Order: sequence, then structure tokens, then C-alpha cells
Amino acid sequence: MADDKVLQAIDEPPVMESEICVTDELVEVYIMGKPYTVPASLTIMKAMEYVGYKLVRGVGCREGFCGACGTVFRRRGDYKLYSGLACQTLVEDGMYLTQIPSFPAEKAVYDIRELEPTANTILSYYPELARCVSCNSCTKVCPQEIDVMDYVNEALRGDIERAAHTSFDCIMCGLCTVRCHAEMPQYLIGILARRLYAAHIAARAQDLESRVQQILDGEFDKELADIKKLSEEELKDLYKKRDIEPT
Amino acid sequence: MGYPDYMRESIEKVNATRSKRLGVQYPRLTMEQGNEVLRDYHPDFKDEQKRNILVGPNRGDPANHEFADVLEAHPAIRPGDVDLEQVDWDVDVLVIGGGGAGSTAAMMAAEAGAKTLLVTKLRLGDANTMMAQGGIQAASKPQDSPTIHYLDVMGGGHFTNKPELVEALVKDAPLVIKWHEELGVMYDKDPDGTMLTIHGGGTSRKRMHSAKDYSGGEIMKTLRDEVRNRPEIEVVEFSSAVELIMDDKGACVGVVLMNMETQEYKIVRSKATVLATGGFGRLHIQGFETTNHYGATADGIVMAYHVGVKWVFMDSVQYHPTGAVFPEQIVGMLVTEKVRGLGAQVLNLDGDQFTYPLEPRDIESSKIIREVEKEGKGICTPTGKWGVWLDSPLIDLIHGPGTIERELPAMVRQYRRFDIDIIKDPVLIYPTLHYQNGGIDIDANTATSVPGLFAAGEVAGGIHGTNRLMGNSLLDVNVFGRRAGRSAAAYSRDAEPGKPTLEHLTRYEEELEKAKVETDRHAPILLPEYRPEHLREHMLDIPL
Ligand SMILES: Cc1cc2nc3c(=O)[nH]c(=O)nc-3n(C[C@H](O)[C@H](O)[C@H](O)COP(=O)(O)OP(=O)(O)OC[C@H]3O[C@@H](n4cnc5c(N)ncnc54)[C@H](O)[C@@H]3O)c2cc1C
Ligand code: SF4
Ligand code: SF4
Ligand code: FES
Repeated sequence: MADDKVLQAIDEPPVMESEICVTDELVEVYIMGKPYTVPASLTIMKAMEYVGYKLVRGVGCREGFCGACGTVFRRRGDYKLYSGLACQTLVEDGMYLTQIPSFPAEKAVYDIRELEPTANTILSYYPELARCVSCNSCTKVCPQEIDVMDYVNEALRGDIERAAHTSFDCIMCGLCTVRCHAEMPQYLIGILARRLYAAHIAARAQDLESRVQQILDGEFDKELADIKKLSEEELKDLYKKRDIEPT
Repeated sequence: MGYPDYMRESIEKVNATRSKRLGVQYPRLTMEQGNEVLRDYHPDFKDEQKRNILVGPNRGDPANHEFADVLEAHPAIRPGDVDLEQVDWDVDVLVIGGGGAGSTAAMMAAEAGAKTLLVTKLRLGDANTMMAQGGIQAASKPQDSPTIHYLDVMGGGHFTNKPELVEALVKDAPLVIKWHEELGVMYDKDPDGTMLTIHGGGTSRKRMHSAKDYSGGEIMKTLRDEVRNRPEIEVVEFSSAVELIMDDKGACVGVVLMNMETQEYKIVRSKATVLATGGFGRLHIQGFETTNHYGATADGIVMAYHVGVKWVFMDSVQYHPTGAVFPEQIVGMLVTEKVRGLGAQVLNLDGDQFTYPLEPRDIESSKIIREVEKEGKGICTPTGKWGVWLDSPLIDLIHGPGTIERELPAMVRQYRRFDIDIIKDPVLIYPTLHYQNGGIDIDANTATSVPGLFAAGEVAGGIHGTNRLMGNSLLDVNVFGRRAGRSAAAYSRDAEPGKPTLEHLTRYEEELEKAKVETDRHAPILLPEYRPEHLREHMLDIPL
């Protein structure tokens, strides 16, 4: 790398997301049936903006965490249905895509504190759980690569701990529900399983319990009142001298 | 895809030195050295990137140009645009924002018996809270205490924090984790129930609680499920607050809402209002990429500013040291601090360490900027961006094979989508705009200077002073969100709203005129603009 190139690039201000690096390679994508030509380096989300969409639906975190941007697509000459998150999936030549930002599903209403962690609990709220035909369509469509069919069946078997762990990475995009022959909202079953596990099966943290009691008993009130009164210099001094727990 | 060949040269150096670096710790900077590197390299110290605000309660204070632009702008609506008498919702407590702070506030307000409405810009949970990966701090272990936590928070914030807010933060912290435990948040635990806790930048005790690297997601999903379990909370999504409504006695009595899809406006009348609208990453301060969600556009601060509420520390911005710079598709995206918490080192072009990996964020970022700008030891990406290595594979060397996969599944997956295996190769990072350190001035009960208006979460300031430590924000949104819900509900019991008005917008316009601000900008902006300019110039404005 030549030195002048180094310096020149440093002097330039950082590039904003809107000025996405446009490579020479262009591809043709069909956004809801209409063809557009876009740079191959873009994600589906950025490609939609590039052609002029101001997104309100199908967008949230833009980083693969919120599940707002579930997208299904096909490829030219391929009968298969593919899926992905619009914010995480690159466009490809001959891609036919449509976003599914919302798909109907009814969430059960419950008071988690009063529930028993059993299969019957889940079945009482989501009886359709028993209708799974093990077609595996949900697992195939999941952009988080979760074994959706597995957690559904773990929940059905009453292995709530497993269902909780298997479904943990679910971002609740709803794509599995779109595909389900049993018409069940898998991701809502997943979160119920996780909450049941964490609230009722996993052991409670004893340290935490005692600390909460100490706080409620006002054990730290005086210490905190005292440290709050210190001058900046005194605080800095304490800070410099604090010991650090080894990693 | 994966790394291009020219980058592999440097990666080979990193891979070759790894076993030698194992256990070799680069020394922490002293406080004096830290201050020096901040002064010379931190973006907050670049005066040319700022100007003094010409209008409003903070007139004369310095602010980054991008933030100044939304303050020195016309209000989003004019008083004549809406009919305040046609009320669509009449509630005790209105919560604006569907992230962590808003959800907890709504739950507490409803528990206190208030008729509660939560409105949010996109979906409930489309929020920065959903994206937090690393974890949440709380002094829950015997070797730790709220007082030690207090000291860390103050030191991290360079002793500029408001003490009463920090006290509330550290004291409520264990209560929040316990509350989460009961609600069913799946924290990482030992089989006997002991929480797994690690260090974060600037901590003196291992008090970072996590749920793998989906910590905020796990908390947010649980809170969202819980909000939806409570029919007494009404939730209205895809509706943005555009301006606050005041009464003739100077209290906040509601908000003008806009349906994001139809652009129809609605009037909410409320006895108390909680602003929980989050931060401003999508203003792209100083042109930086950001980790923030799409709706993080400073709306809350702008609306509050129009009714005369001051902000503090807004010229101090947190640049997260480790934002992705390669591949291009994920530029700006967060690489969680947990990676360094687990032992990954930060390395230059030659594979050498040049910084203690867990300095407070502002110092760590400054050291990385220095290594690139001053030492010239950065790595250039094919699109002309610069970065340094974060040596993720070291984690498995320290803690045993399988650790990376177990502890960082989100990150493994994100990079695998682009054919990069973070178990074998390091990742290229550079500081990215992450967090608004400052915000609306509040007291420990989240009250602002305007009666009936409360603020909690990233929109509020003072808790973290000029620099927030990792894990204290997820904590902050829970601590102050809960407090805001309770305070707002209590306030609403005796509140007697007077005649609603938008007079303050007219006064703001007058101030703009007096200050000779000539602009066609309007704010709050609600969403950032990512459509290319040449296209926008070719768009027709024909009603369909
Ligand atoms: C990628 C990432 C990783 C992070 N990691 C950590 C971490 O590990 N630990 C930690 O402690 N902190 C972390 N943080 C910081 C922390 O997550 C946030 O600061 C915190 O969650 C903010 O919560 P909030 O409720 O205040 O705002 P948000 O969660 O952002 O919620 C704000 C809500 O208000 C809505 N809104 C905005 N404007 C309007 C309007 N005009 N009308 C109606 N609604 C509106 C938004 O759409 C959003 O739903 C991270 C942040 C990011 C972005
Ligand atoms: S399990 Fe279903 S809802 Fe969850 S991420 Fe996978 S497809 Fe989306
Ligand atoms: S799609 Fe539905 S029916 Fe098919 S395996 Fe998944 S849960 Fe079962
Ligand atoms: S926008 Fe959140 S997952 Fe894609």
C-alpha cells in the first residue's frame, strides 16, 4: 500500500450508509414482480432503497436481530422457495423477491408466574401444537437456521428445557408460521417455552436473591450516601486505587 | 466471498502470533494517558465538527452539526394543521416508544392502576434494546456491591455523571435482574442457578449478566410478550409522536401522533407522558456509520426541546470501538464487547497488540483511531475504509474449543453469511456510532422540567455522564423505565389538565426567525433518508 494512498484515504470523511459502495457488477432483481437493476454488493434491504423505496414496513434493526424483514424469494430457473432476512441477504441476479413483514398469528394471553412448566400448559394455549405433521417446512425456511420442527416436537413432548434452548436464537420473524401446514405460530410457542424454562425450571440465582434482600434492607444506603458526598478529587483517588477482579 | 488475498497476508501474521500472545496482557493506560489519547483522537474533541446552538433552552451550547440540524429546524407541524379538540385517546399515562424503557414504563404504569397507552414508531420491539448483545450490569455477586458499581460508573463517565441518577442505577440493578428472572428471561447460568458474569470495559468486578449474545433481544422479547399479556395496556404500532401537546398552565397533556403508513394524524390526551424514544444513531453524527436501529432519529429530544426541556452531554457521543468494517454489507454493525470480555485482543496490521482490550469505550476507540491515523498500522478495505483486527479465535484458545460457538452464536452466524469463519480468522473492526451518552435532563424519578413529562432510557442523560460503560444501558432502560412508569402513574392521579395548545410551536418558529435561521429542514425527522439523491430529484409529488 503506497503511503500517499494511505494518507488520502484517511483524510476522506467516513462514508455514509446511503453512499453504499457501488461495484461495477449489476444484477437484475424482481421486487414484488417488477424488475430493477441494482449493484450486486447490496443487501435486499439496501437494494430496495437504492431503487427508491422509503421503507416503513419490513425494516427495523437492519442488523439481523428484530425479525421485521422476513423475505421469500425464488431464483431464475429454480423451482425452490428460498428465504432470508432482507437486511442480511445479498441480492442475486434473477432473484424474485417479496417481503412478508407481518403474518397473522394470535398470541395467547397468560400470567407466566402462575403457569406450570408442562406440555399441557403449552397445549392449553396452543392446541394446534399437536397438529404438527413433521413436514420440516418450518426448519427449511428459518433464516436463523433453527431446527424449528425439533423445538415444536420438544415442546409437544414436554421437554421444555430443550425447546427453550433449541428456540433460543428465534427473532420472531414469523416465516415458519407462513409455511406451517398445522397453522401454528411456532415462534409464540418458542417464547412461551423459554419463559416457562427460565421462570420455573432453571434454578434461581441464590447470590442474587441475597443481594436483593440486602438492598431492600437498606444495607448499602449509608455507603452510597457517603460515596455520593465525595468530592471529584476524592472519588478519582478511590477510582485509581480500586482493585480489579482477575479475569 | 471471505477475505481478499491482500488481507490474508496480514491475517496470517495474526494467526502466526496467536499462541505467543496467549496470556500476554497489554497494559492499561493511566488516567492521564487516557485523557491524552482522548483529547488527541476522540471525535468529541473535534471542534470543527460542532457549532453553538442558536435557539431553544440550550442556546449557546456546542452540538455536533447533525444534531444541531434537527434543532435548528422547523417543527414537524404547525398549530393550524391539527384539531386538538378531536381526541382519539384519553388516557392517564401515555408512553412514547416501544423499546426497553417504554415497555417497562408501560408495565409499571398499568400495575399502578393507570390507564396506559403505548405508542411506537414501527413494531413493538423494533428498537435498540432488541439489538443489545453483550449484557447487563448488576452487582449481584458477593465480591461486588452497588457501591463498587457506583465507582465504576462514575469513573467510566469521567466523574461527570449526576450522582443521584447513578445511585438509583446501581441500587435498582439487582432488583431488575431478579424481576427479569421471575418474568422468564433466560440468563446464562450454572446448573445451580448462579449467574455467569464476566467483565466489560471499565468494570472492576465481573458483573456482566448475559443471555448468550442475544442479551437485549432476550430481554426485549420477554418484555414484549409480557406487555402483550396485559390487556390493560393498549399498544399502537406504526405510529410516531410528532409533537407534544401542552396546556395553558405549562404542563404536557398529550401528543400528536402520525400513522406511519397512512399519514393520518391522531390526538392523544394524557395526564402524564413518558418519553422513551431512544437515541440518535441514525443522524450519523460526523458521518459515522451506526449500530442503531432504523428509527433512532432523536425525535424525543427534539419534541421535548420544542416545549423547553434542556438536554445535557449531547455533544458527547459513544463510538463503539468494534464496529464491523468488512464485508461492506455489514459495515457499522456491532461486534459485541463480549468478544473482548472473553479475551480477544485488538491487533494492528502486523498482528501486534497496541491497546489493553478492555479500556473504557471512548479510550479504546481513540486508541484504534490513533493506530490507524497516526501509526499508519491499519488495514484498508477494498472500499477504502480502515480497520484493525479483533482476534476472535483467541477465545477458544483461552476457554477451550466450542466456546465461540456457544457464547457468540449471533456473531458466528452473521459472519458465516459472508463466508468468514470467526473461529479461525479474526474480524476487521473500526469505531462506529453507538450510543447517545447525553440526553434529556431528568431527576432520579425521571421527571423533566416540564410538569407531566417524564423521560427514561437512552433519550435521557446524566446517568452515564460523558461515557457509558457497556451493560449499563440495558440496565438504565429497565431501572428508569420502571421508575418512569411509577412516577407518571403517581403524577396522573392528581393531574388536572388544562386547555390543550400548540402555542409553543409558534414561539419556536419566532425564535428561529429571530436567530435568523433560514432553512427548509423539519424535525423530528422520524426516519433517516437512504434513497439516493439523484432518484429523489426525479420524484414527482402527485397525490395518488
Ligand atoms: C447494536 C447495539 C448493541 C448494544 N449492546 C448493549 C449491551 O450489550 N449492553 C447495554 O447495556 N446496552 C447495549 N446497547 C445500548 C442499549 O441497547 C440501548 O441504549 C437501550 O436499549 C435503549 O433503550 P430505549 O428503550 O431507551 O430505546 P430503544 O430500545 O431504542 O427504543 C426506543 C423506541 O422508541 C421508538 N420511537 C422513536 N421515536 C419515536 C417517535 N417519534 N414516536 C414513537 N416511537 C418512537 C423507537 O422506534 C423504539 O421502538 C446496545 C445498543 C445497540 C444499538
Ligand atoms: S423460528 Fe420461525 S420466527 Fe423464529 S427465526 Fe425461525 S422462522 Fe423466524
Ligand atoms: S411447518 Fe408446521 S407442520 Fe411442518 S414441521 Fe413445522 S410445525 Fe410441523
Ligand atoms: S431489519 Fe431487523 S432483522 Fe432485518
